[in-house]
Amino acid sequence: MISKDEILHVAALANLKIDANEVDSFVSQLDKIVGMESKLASVDTTGVEPTYNMGDTNSVFREDKGIHTQTREQMLENVPEVEDNLIKVPTIVDKEDDE
Amino acid sequence: MNFETTIGLEVHVELKTKSKMYSPSPVAYGAESNINTNVIDFGFPGTLPTVNKNAYRLGVMVGLALNADIENHTHFDRKNYFYPDNPKAFQITQQDKPLGHDGYIEIEVDGEKKRIGIEELHVEEDAGKNTHGNNGYSYVDLNRQGTALIEIVSKPDMKSPEEAYQYLENLRKIIQFTGASDVKMEEGSMRVDTNISIRPVGSDTYGTKVELKNLNSFNHVRLGLAYEEKRQAAILKQGGSIGQETRRFDEKSGETFLMRVKSGADDYRYFPEPDLPDYEISPEWIAEIKASLPETASVRRSRYINELGIPEYDAGVLTDTKEMSDFFDEAVSYDANPKLVSNWLMGEVNAYLNEKKIGLLDTKLTPEHLAKMINLISNGTISSKIAKKVFQETISNGTEPEEWVKSKGLVQESDPAVLKPMILEILDNNQQSIDDFKNGKDRAVGFLVGQIMKQTHGQANPKVVNKILMAELNSR
Amino acid sequence: MDIKKETIASLHEKLVNKDITAEQLAAQTLDNIKANEKQLNTFITVNDKAIEDAKKVDAEGINGPLAGIPIGIKDNIVTNGIKTTAASKILYNFMPVYSATVMEKLAAAGAIDAGKTNLDEFAMGSSTETSFYGTSVNPWDFSRVPGGSSGGSAAAVAAGEVVAALGTDTGGSIRQPAAFNGIFGIKPTYGRVSRWGVIAFASSLDQVGVMSKRVEDSATVLSVIAGHDAHDSTSSEKEVPDYRANLSKDMHGVKIAVPKEFWHEGTHPDVLDNVNKALDAYKKMGATVEEVSLPTLKHAVEVYYVLASSEASSNLQRYDGVRYGYRAKDVKNIKDLFVNSRSEGFGDEVKRRIMLGTFALSAGAYDAYFKKAAEVRTIFINEMNDVLKDYDLIMGPSTTTPAFKIGEKVDDPLAMYMNDILTIPANLAGLPAASVPAGLADGLPVGLQIIGKPFAEQSVFNAAYALQEENKFYEQIPTALKGED
Repeated sequence: MISKDEILHVAALANLKIDANEVDSFVSQLDKIVGMESKLASVDTTGVEPTYNMGDTNSVFREDKGIHTQTREQMLENVPEVEDNLIKVPTIVDKEDDE
Repeated sequence: MNFETTIGLEVHVELKTKSKMYSPSPVAYGAESNINTNVIDFGFPGTLPTVNKNAYRLGVMVGLALNADIENHTHFDRKNYFYPDNPKAFQITQQDKPLGHDGYIEIEVDGEKKRIGIEELHVEEDAGKNTHGNNGYSYVDLNRQGTALIEIVSKPDMKSPEEAYQYLENLRKIIQFTGASDVKMEEGSMRVDTNISIRPVGSDTYGTKVELKNLNSFNHVRLGLAYEEKRQAAILKQGGSIGQETRRFDEKSGETFLMRVKSGADDYRYFPEPDLPDYEISPEWIAEIKASLPETASVRRSRYINELGIPEYDAGVLTDTKEMSDFFDEAVSYDANPKLVSNWLMGEVNAYLNEKKIGLLDTKLTPEHLAKMINLISNGTISSKIAKKVFQETISNGTEPEEWVKSKGLVQESDPAVLKPMILEILDNNQQSIDDFKNGKDRAVGFLVGQIMKQTHGQANPKVVNKILMAELNSR
Repeated sequence: MDIKKETIASLHEKLVNKDITAEQLAAQTLDNIKANEKQLNTFITVNDKAIEDAKKVDAEGINGPLAGIPIGIKDNIVTNGIKTTAASKILYNFMPVYSATVMEKLAAAGAIDAGKTNLDEFAMGSSTETSFYGTSVNPWDFSRVPGGSSGGSAAAVAAGEVVAALGTDTGGSIRQPAAFNGIFGIKPTYGRVSRWGVIAFASSLDQVGVMSKRVEDSATVLSVIAGHDAHDSTSSEKEVPDYRANLSKDMHGVKIAVPKEFWHEGTHPDVLDNVNKALDAYKKMGATVEEVSLPTLKHAVEVYYVLASSEASSNLQRYDGVRYGYRAKDVKNIKDLFVNSRSEGFGDEVKRRIMLGTFALSAGAYDAYFKKAAEVRTIFINEMNDVLKDYDLIMGPSTTTPAFKIGEKVDDPLAMYMNDILTIPANLAGLPAASVPAGLADGLPVGLQIIGKPFAEQSVFNAAYALQEENKFYEQIPTALKGED
C-alpha cells in the first residue's frame, strides 16, 4: 500500500505538483501499479547480481582534448531569458550550496 | 565536563584536465560566461556522457599518493537533485564503488606524528555557478558545469582544529606534487566542507554532527572549527543539545551562523548511471600510473639534502610548493650550482616576489635564465654587482642574460693586458695615495680601486685589479 | 507515381534513371503528408527544408541506396534546426542545435528527413494518445489507435506517406505499432545503434529502429544507421553487415522456440490463430518449431515498469524550465519555476511514470523495487539467453490484441501496461526483435514477433523476409484508405 503522504513526498522530490482534486485518483492508480510491482518480492534473488546497464562495451574512455562543439550563441538560443550571456532565472531562495 | 572533538573533512579538488569530466568542452578558470559550454553541459535532450580518461588517471594518481586502495571494478552513479546550476538535475559521481578507499595521510602536530584515515575518494563533475541579483532574479553560468573533480572524504580521525589544519596543508601539498591539481582555495580548485561533533571524554558514541560551510581558507577552517568547539561545549554545559544543522562561517566576526536545519528529507536517489558501461581499472594501468607518479615533497627534500648538499632548512623552503621545487630542479638541470640556485631563489627571487606580492610563475623569470645568470657569475663573466642588474632585467622583462650582458657591454674586464696600463696611469696621477700606502694607510688602496672601477664603469674584475695594484704598489 | 506501392529499391531505380528527381520526390512526399494530415495526424512537424535538401542530393548525384529517399523521423530523435518535441508541451518550442548520430548517418547517405512523426509523450504509451499534439489514427480503421509509442511513424508508413521511418523501442514501441499497422518494424540489439541525440526515456532499454512495409527496406536503413559512435559509450564496436545484401528466405534447419507463456490467456484468439498459421508456414519452409518455457516472463512487466520508470524519472529531471523548453510564467522563485514548469509541461502519463520511478528509487523503496527489479532482470536475461543457446529464434505474437479503439484504455494505465508483456522481454534482455505482418483478424493486422540472438539482426530479417515472401502482406491496402484510391 502506498499512502497519500508518500505520494506527496515523492511528488516533492520530483518537483511535481498534484492538484488537490486529483490526489486521490492519483494515489489509487499508483497504488495499483506499485501493488503489481510488489509481486517482484516473490522472486528469490539470493546471490543474483543486478543488471543496471546493457550493451557489450566496457571501460569506454574519451581522450582528454578540449573542443568547442557549439558556440555560446547556439547554446543560449533556447534559453527563455538571457542577460549578459547568463541564464536568467527567478531568484534562488535556498542559496546554501553557492560559492 | 571535558569534551573531545571529532572532525571529518570532505575536500573537493578540481583535476587539471583540458576537457570536462563527461564532456569535451574546454576547461578554463575565469572565462567569459557560458563560453565553454556545449549541449552536454546544458543537459540538452539526447546527450550522453563520455568519461575523460585523463581525469580518471589523475584521480588514481591522487588515490595512490594518498595510500588508498584503488578499486578494480567500478561504475558511475547518478545523484539526483534539482538546482539551476545542475542542468541534468543529476550529478554523475561514484557512490557505490568509489575510485579508491582506505588511504591515509601523516600529519605532525606539536612534534607528534599521527595518521589521518581517508575513507574514500571518487571522481565526479562540478556544478555551474549561480549569482544573485537584487532584482528578484538569479543568474546561471555553466562554464564550470562538468569540470572534473575528485572528492576526498576523510575518516573522523581529527581531534582538533589544528589537526584539521595540518591535514589540509599536507593534503594540498601531496596533491600539488602529483601535478593532478593546482589546489588553489582562492580559485576554487580546492574546496573544504567540514563535519564537527563533540562528546564528553570517555563517551563511546559520537555527538551530533554539525556541517560547516563557506570556509575559504585553511585558516578559516581552523578558526571556524575552534569557534564551533566552544559553541557546542557551551551549549552542552548548559544542558542543551546540538542540532543537526549546516552552519556558515562568517570571516568578519569569526563566528558561525545557522544556514539550515537538516530535516532528513534529502533523498538523492543514487542509482547506477545506465548511460555508461562498467569500468575495469586493470592492475597494469594502476601500476603504470604508479610508476608515473612524480616525486613527493618529502622525497625531493631528502634528495636536495643528501645529493645536492642543500641545508635542511633551505630544502624545506624549496619543497614548500611544487612550483618552487620544479623551478629549482629545472634550473639545476642547466648545470647551475645547486647551492647558488637555492641561495638566489631564497634570497633575491623571494624578496622580489614579496615586494611585488606575486607568485613565481607570474614573473618572467625562467629556470634557464636564472641558471645562465648564475653561471655568468661563477665563470667570472659578470660581477655580482652587475648580476643584480641582470637579475632585475631578466625577472621583469624575460631577457636572455648572456645576450643582454654582451649587448650592454656589461662583461667583466679581467684581462691584465687591458687593466695594467689603466692602473699604471692612475698610480702615476696619484702620488699622494702611493705615499699614504707606504705610510701604512690601507685606505689608499680602496681609493685607488675606486678610481679604476670608476674608469671601467664597474666592469673591472676586482680580483685581477687587486692583484696588479698590490704588485705595482709594492714595487714602487 | 503512387509512393504507396514503391520500395526503397524501386524509388532508387527511378532516381538513378532520372524518371523522377529527388526534389520532385520530396515535393510529392510533402504534398501527400499535408493532404493526409487532417485525417491521420502522423506528423508533428513537416520538414519544409526537405525540398532544399533534395535539391542538394540531385546536385551531388544519387550515390547509394538511400540518396534522395524521404524518411519519417520519430519526434524524439533530435534534428538540428528542426523542432523536436518528444510530443510534449515541455519541449513545444525546442529547437535543437545538434543532430542525433542516426540523423548524421542518414544525411551522409543522402536520405531526406520528411519530418517528425507523432508519438506518445516522451515515448511513454502504446497508442500515441498521450501526445500533446493529439492522437494519430490507424489507417486500417480511423476509430482505432495506431499503437505506440512510434504510432506516427507506423501509420505514416502504412499510409504510404514514406517508405520507411525511424522509431524508438523501449518496451515495444516499434513492434507494437508495426503490428497494429500491418507493417514490418525492427528493434535492433541494444548498442547496435547510437543513442546520441535520442531523447532518453529509459537508458538501459531504449534503442532506435526502423519501420517499413518491406523487410528489405528496413534492412537497407538499419545498415546505414547502425554502428559504433564515440558519443555513446554503450554503442557496440561490432561490424555492421549489409543486411539487405545478405537477405535470405531459406529457413531450412532454422530452430524456432515458442515460449508457452507467450500464449498468454489474455491474448485474442484471432491473434493466436494468425501466429499459429505463420508458424506452420515456417515448418513447411523447413524450420523446426518447439515449445519452450520462460518461467520468469510473468514478472517481466513488473521488472520493466520499475526499471523504465526509475530511469525515466531521472532522465526527465532536466526539464526544469531553466535552459530550454516550456517555462512557467508568474513564478516567485526558482522552486516555483521547477514545479510549475514541470507540472504544466508534462502530461498525466509522464507524471505517473516519473512518480513511479521517483518512488522506486527513494530511500525506503530502493532495495525492494529498483534493486530487486534489476536482479530479476538478470534472472530473466539468463532465461532468454539459455533458450537462445539451443534455438536460433524465439517467436510469438507481437501483441495480445489487434489495434484497440481510441479512448478505450486511456483511463486504465495498468491494463495498458499489461499489453506490453510480449514486447518487453526483448528490451529487458537487449535482444534484436521484429514484428512482421502475419495476417488479418477481423480486418485488422496481426504481427508475428521474431526475437534473435544478440547482434543476429540478419537472422531476424531473414525469417521476416521468408514470411513476407510467403504472405505478400505488403500488397494489402489499409482498409480505411481504400475509399480514397
